[in-house]
Parts: sequence; structure tokens; C-alpha cells
Amino acid sequence: MTNQNPFNESDEAARARRLRNIAMAVALVAFVILVFVVTITRLGGHVADTAHL
Amino acid sequence: MLKTDIPELAPAGAAIAAPARWQDYVQLMKPRVMSLVVFTALTGLLAARAPVNPVLGFVAVLCIAIGAGASGALNMWYDADIDIRMRRTKNRPVPSGRVQASDALGLGVTLALFSVTIMILAINLLAAALLAFTIVFYAVVYTMWLKRSTPQNIVIGGLAGALPPVIGWAAATGTAPLNAWLLCAIIFLWTPPHFWALSLYTTGDYAKAGVPMMPVVRGAASTRRQILIYSLILVAAAVAPAFTGLGGLLYLAVAGLGGLVFVGLAVILARSHAGDVIEDQATGLYEVKTGVKSARNLFAYSIGYLFALFAALLIEALAHLPALTL
Repeated sequence: MTNQNPFNESDEAARARRLRNIAMAVALVAFVILVFVVTITRLGGHVADTAHL
Repeated sequence: MLKTDIPELAPAGAAIAAPARWQDYVQLMKPRVMSLVVFTALTGLLAARAPVNPVLGFVAVLCIAIGAGASGALNMWYDADIDIRMRRTKNRPVPSGRVQASDALGLGVTLALFSVTIMILAINLLAAALLAFTIVFYAVVYTMWLKRSTPQNIVIGGLAGALPPVIGWAAATGTAPLNAWLLCAIIFLWTPPHFWALSLYTTGDYAKAGVPMMPVVRGAASTRRQILIYSLILVAAAVAPAFTGLGGLLYLAVAGLGGLVFVGLAVILARSHAGDVIEDQATGLYEVKTGVKSARNLFAYSIGYLFALFAALLIEALAHLPALTL
């Protein structure tokens, strides 16, 4: 039988942990998007520069 | 005063009263300070009046905000022993035991590295170097050294809070000219009257925590005099951008009229007896005894004054209003 609560924590603590995990996931996804957007923006500028060569 | 271990703080691994919520980690970053930093940095970025890619402008302000958050988390990590002794700060995540000090340290270091690295890669080296200097200055020079050792702590340490507009300007142009440093000087000179007005009616807290704030060390009368002196210099400095090709008519009006009120409140405070009797019964920053209302008034007004100055510059930059040419 699977233990539903391996940390033996209260419902409140489990809920807080779940929300912390979601917040961490959101932060990581935001970081990936940020790096992607910055790369495209910086790269786009350089591509535009070479177009004049 | 040396940093001491406070037994009331939750030791690592100890059971704590309430589990850490994600909001506690946001609180570690001092979101109210972050909002002021974002505002002043954005003003510096736009007041430079240089063409800025909106995406990169957003990233620059984001990095500055996260750098400020990193400074806040490092401050809360190191100052937990002080925070637990003061009404204003005892409910912060670390002293209340909701977040362990090591977690605050980890968050602060991670955010600091993240913000400076992204600033280097996405913006420019000068802005990144200024951001790194700001974080180190606040976390190490102010928090670990000045705050516990001298009544000039918030005067010198105020440099960290004054630098964001310079970082914003550097992000936009790659340079930090005189006008950028003028914005820095305004916040730098604003810090002493702002914080000393607050400390006049929270002297008991600072004394209890062993923080050598000016009213604790030199007394209330000396503090009130110094507030007046700094206020006069601040108001003069705040008008200066109207004569250096930075501010326009709107800015001049705000700085002039706002400055008169500022000096008026500082004079009223200087002539009062605010802080002469150490108050220990007040429950909040705005619930104060009659005798210290003049200090409360200056503290509250100083926030609006600084906001109005930078808002005027921001509006002029966004509306492309011309700066005064004299």
C-alpha cells in the first residue's frame, strides 16, 4: 500500500509545500522564457546589423 | 555591537510554528523596497532619453529589482538577531521561524548571481558592475558592518538605495553621466531625514536591539538638528536637475513646492520635542503619541516627496516634455 503522506506532515504543511513547488516551477519556466527572449532580441539585433554588410 | 546568536531563533531542523509559504520567500525580498527601486531605476532608464529596446529595458529593470530582492534576503539572513527584538521586524520570515536563515542566505546568493549574470549577458558590463557593487555594498558594507557600528550607518549605507537610477541610466546608455549621479545624490540626501524621522519614534526598538541609530547614540535633539540640515541640502539638490538639462517645468514646480513643504516639516520637527521621551507603547509606524507626530509627518511626507520628484521626471520623459535650458 502506498503511503499517501511520506513526510508525515499536516495538511497545511503539505499544501504549503505543494504551492512552494508550483512557485518554483513557475520561476524556472519564467527563467527559460527570459533567456529565450533575451537571446532572440540580442541575436535579432546582430542579424539586422549584418544585413547591412 | 557584534552579531550574536539569539536562542529564540529556530535552530536548523527544528519544528517551526507554521510551514513556509511561497509568500514568505517573496517577503524575504522586501517587495516594498523592491517597488521603490523599480520606480527609481525605471526613471533613470527613461530620463536618459536614449533609444532602448523595450524587452531589454524590461530585463534591465527586472535585474535591478531581483538584485534588490537579493540584498533584502541577505539582509534578513544576517539581521535576524536584530529583527527579532524589534516590533517592526519581529514577524519577518526568519525571526518568526517560518523560514530558516540558511534558506534566506541561499535565496539571496542565488538571486544576486542570477541578476548580475543576466545583466552582463543581456545589457552591459557597466550596469552589471554597478548592480553587483550595490548588492555587495548593502549586504556587506551596510548590513554586516555599518549598521551595527556607527550612527552614520544609514547615511553611508544609503548609497545602496541611491544607485538604482544610475544603474537604469547605465543600462540605457552604457554610461553614467553627471545627471545620473544627481538622481543618486537626491536619494542619498533623502535617506537621513527619512530614516531618522522614523527612528525618532522607534528609538526604543533600536536601543533594545542594540542598533546605534542616531537618536540612540547622539540623542533626539541632535538628530532633529541634523534632519533639518540634511533637508535643506536635499531640497537644494532636488531642484538642481532643473538647471542641468534633466528636469523640465513640471519637475521644477514639484521640486520647488515639494521642497518648501519638506523644509517646513523639518523646521516644525526641529522645534518639537519629538524623540525626547522614548516611546515604547506604540503598536505601528503610524500609531504614535502626540509628541512625535511631527516626526511621523516628515517620515510619511518624505515618501510622497521622493515619489513625486521621480514621477515628475518619468512623466516628462514619457511625454517627451523638454528639459529646461538655462
